[in-house]
Amino acid sequence: MLIRHSSFNTTDSDLDRFRNRIVVVAALVLLAFGVLLARFVYLQVIQHDYYTTRAEDNRISLVPIPPNRGTIVDRNGIVLARNYSAFTLEITPSKVKDLDATIDALATLVDIQPKDKRRFRKLLEESKSFESLPIRARLSDEEVARFAANRYRFPGVEVKARLFRQYPLGPSASHAIGYINRINKKDLEHIEANDQAANYKGTDHIGKTGLEQKYEFHLHGITGYERVEIDAGGRAVRGLSRTAPVSGNNLTLTLDIKLQEIAEKAFGDRRGALVAIEPSTGGILALVSTPSFDPNLFIDGIRAEDWNELNDSPNRPMINRALNGAYPPGSTFKPFMALAALELGKRTAGQAIADPGFFNFGGHTFRDDKKGGHGIVDMYKSIVESCDTYYYILANDMGIDNIARFMAPLGFGSKTGIDIDGESAGVLPSPEWKKRRFKRREQQKWFAGETISIGIGQGYNAYTPIQLAQATAMLVNNGVLFRPHLVKYITDSKSGAKTMIEPQPLRSLHWKKEHVETIKKAMVGVNKEGTGARAFAGAEYTSGGKTGTAQVFSLKGSEYKASQIKEHLRDHALFIAFAPVDEPKIALAVLVENGGFGAQSAAPIARMVLDYYLLGKKPKGAAQEDEAATEEDPHDQ
Amino acid sequence: MINDYLRRFRAGLVAHLDLPLLLIVLCLMTIGLFTIYSATYYATNRTGDQVLNLAVGFILMLAVARLSPQKLMRFAVPLYVAGVVLLVLVALFGITVNGSRRWLSLGFTRIQPSEILKIATPLMIAWYFQKHEAALNTRHYIGACLLLLIPFALIAKQPDLGTAVLVGSAGFYVIFFAGLSWKVIIGLVVAGASAAPFLWHMLHDYQRRRILTLLDPSSDPLGAGYHIIQSTIAIGSGGSFGKGWLEGTQTHLEFIPERHTDFIFAVFSEEHGLLGNGILLVLYLMLIGRGLIIAANASTLFARVLAGSISLSFFTYAFVNMGMVSGILPVVGVPLPFMSYGGTALVTLFLGLGMLMSIQSHRMLVKQ
Repeated sequence: MLIRHSSFNTTDSDLDRFRNRIVVVAALVLLAFGVLLARFVYLQVIQHDYYTTRAEDNRISLVPIPPNRGTIVDRNGIVLARNYSAFTLEITPSKVKDLDATIDALATLVDIQPKDKRRFRKLLEESKSFESLPIRARLSDEEVARFAANRYRFPGVEVKARLFRQYPLGPSASHAIGYINRINKKDLEHIEANDQAANYKGTDHIGKTGLEQKYEFHLHGITGYERVEIDAGGRAVRGLSRTAPVSGNNLTLTLDIKLQEIAEKAFGDRRGALVAIEPSTGGILALVSTPSFDPNLFIDGIRAEDWNELNDSPNRPMINRALNGAYPPGSTFKPFMALAALELGKRTAGQAIADPGFFNFGGHTFRDDKKGGHGIVDMYKSIVESCDTYYYILANDMGIDNIARFMAPLGFGSKTGIDIDGESAGVLPSPEWKKRRFKRREQQKWFAGETISIGIGQGYNAYTPIQLAQATAMLVNNGVLFRPHLVKYITDSKSGAKTMIEPQPLRSLHWKKEHVETIKKAMVGVNKEGTGARAFAGAEYTSGGKTGTAQVFSLKGSEYKASQIKEHLRDHALFIAFAPVDEPKIALAVLVENGGFGAQSAAPIARMVLDYYLLGKKPKGAAQEDEAATEEDPHDQ
Repeated sequence: MINDYLRRFRAGLVAHLDLPLLLIVLCLMTIGLFTIYSATYYATNRTGDQVLNLAVGFILMLAVARLSPQKLMRFAVPLYVAGVVLLVLVALFGITVNGSRRWLSLGFTRIQPSEILKIATPLMIAWYFQKHEAALNTRHYIGACLLLLIPFALIAKQPDLGTAVLVGSAGFYVIFFAGLSWKVIIGLVVAGASAAPFLWHMLHDYQRRRILTLLDPSSDPLGAGYHIIQSTIAIGSGGSFGKGWLEGTQTHLEFIPERHTDFIFAVFSEEHGLLGNGILLVLYLMLIGRGLIIAANASTLFARVLAGSISLSFFTYAFVNMGMVSGILPVVGVPLPFMSYGGTALVTLFLGLGMLMSIQSHRMLVKQ
């Protein structure tokens, strides 16, 4: 029997049993409540701090307030990069159920092009789903209003006011200024490596090239933040405290954007580069690389069409030729060779040679481009008329080691250290360089014959336009070198304090003053009576220059006929110049790719730049370019 | 004349009220109203509605208290039969809401018949034991178990685990107080434990998930574990003395789900801390204790086991609710008695309270 009692009369014993059970039950109830109490003590006393933190973490969210990016202005205060506020339509993917349906529905209110969708998809792949991503930038007021009226239909979609970067002058100086674009994985690593991760919360753009990249951490500023109370839905309920962001510092450049624009226009649609430097400071006045590109295209992720166009163009607009292109200097190398000869005691200024129009060495004939030669040639004439034979002989007398040793401190063959990235070192040829450069034993040997063409800036010589400009500036600055730089000073956005960039000379070579004067005099002669005379006819200031023509391929003894050669195989035209002579304010190097003779296409550009910089004179249209040089026009190899 | 009648009526009301129970429940109701206010004042304020619910419940309680236990017994069979029939109708024609079939549409409104069984089941089983009081034997215990299992199974199948637990426990308490042998009880416990794996398979996915979530809430912080995590944070952050009335951040920033209904304890606990919890525990202990005293003093078997069952049901409500909100029991839909918002549950609770008062106020009458 399971049950003890077959009868259940209301007897005292039954009542006692019932009351016993009541007592047992009461004890169990107490025990159960004891367990609850223990649990409460555990949660509310022992674990109290932990749960308080959890509740605070729930409640408080730090919302970053990205700072305004610093502006970039030229030396005269003309704005090159600035910010403006506009509305963007943004989607937080994690809060949207059906992304495609949402985007399609949005497209009925706001103009959303296939390219916008593509860009959004790309961003989606790269980002975390709880970030809000722009589907359309720069909404019109009407679009903002239309969306606002339908906002309730689109949870997870919102209109945000954002600051946009703008480069008001478009492609002008874009290689120097660079551009910003959305932060990618590589940028994030860079940010973390620089301990800036916290400061970049809320920032979604970063400088990718040029000054925007190099001075990123100056331009960015300090991110502020707002402590806000949020509810379970993540909505901000109220602000608790706010730490204002500190705007990025402003850059004032050494660049003269008007000069830059004159120079860019002077190139027309030719490819090339120009670097103009203020010799007394190293400040870059103009940094031209043509063709150029519009940096505004990049800010919100460049469209595929634009990108392909820029990349596939045979003119390679994305390459910064001024820094990255290495070209043989041609005859613009001769003044430096001449200075080397004086400094090393290999020549005196008056020492002359008789030029038969060629130089024989080891069974090979090195020809001067002037048939029959230049006659009796001293150093002055060798530069003014650009006599090759003089330098064949000089190079042979000096030897490659002396040449390399003299040229290295002038910055040839090494990066100048300008304050933007993407610079090439170029090639300063030497036996050591050849050993490093070539793997095969037989190729590693330096032949004495190779030295000969080095003397006229050909052969293995390959320098960037900025190296050439820097060397020119150094020459006219009596051997004192300032590091070329684009930023004159950084203005602290908070204190207004200015930090000067590179105000101290990097090194001084202590050349003999009369040696430098000899070379300068000869270069003045170039513009007065030599290869640059035509381009500088009637100049209202004194100037020095040197033409150069760099061979793109060897002609193997046949005559050079520009019209018969495909444009991309034509020689590069070069010109270096400085002015005014007594106290040079500007030194420059011009390169016109496949421009033919330096005197013909590069020198007129230099003239226009100098005219504007020294006199404020603007060129009358682009007519000079077509003023074809006649057959007798002096030119060099 | 009329004044005289009113006076007598008033005296009659007072005569059937149990002052200790009344005071305890008034305390709980007051605390509950303040807590509901805190949980809802900034959105849809439910305090007024709850006052109305309480008033309706209170009147029902007064009415029931006036009835003698003998009259209550007459309701047992019709209420139980009606309840079971409705449950069968629910199973056949019920409305499915959130995956469970609990409601029956009457066209103009819908009802949840399982609620009736919370009262009807213990009433029926107590009536059944009373009827066979003279010669209780094993057969009657088996019969009682059947009376319990029918509604229990129907409700569990809906599925509505919370109500099934309440109905099952209320019925079981009756059988227990009627003298079910300890051996059988222990046997059932052992059998239940060994049948656990089998029962596990019978559970619905979401029920299993709730139990698993209880063991490790962080395994599913945004899904099933969210409720438990947020309510334990609320309780824990309340500390010893609480954040103060209307100051609970977990509550007002809507981190606590079901703030004014099943999870109202988290709101209370966050704002009043361990001290408040202690007071609440004492009030519930007093409520249960008073009920058990009434049971101990009751004159008939029916009254005793019914009073005992109702008292322990209050305990079940309170323990399961506070246990689940503080994260030691799985989340089942059990309200905190006299505090959670909701008319239906309050009606049931007040009916039970009324029966307790009826048993207490009529104990002498029966004896005479």
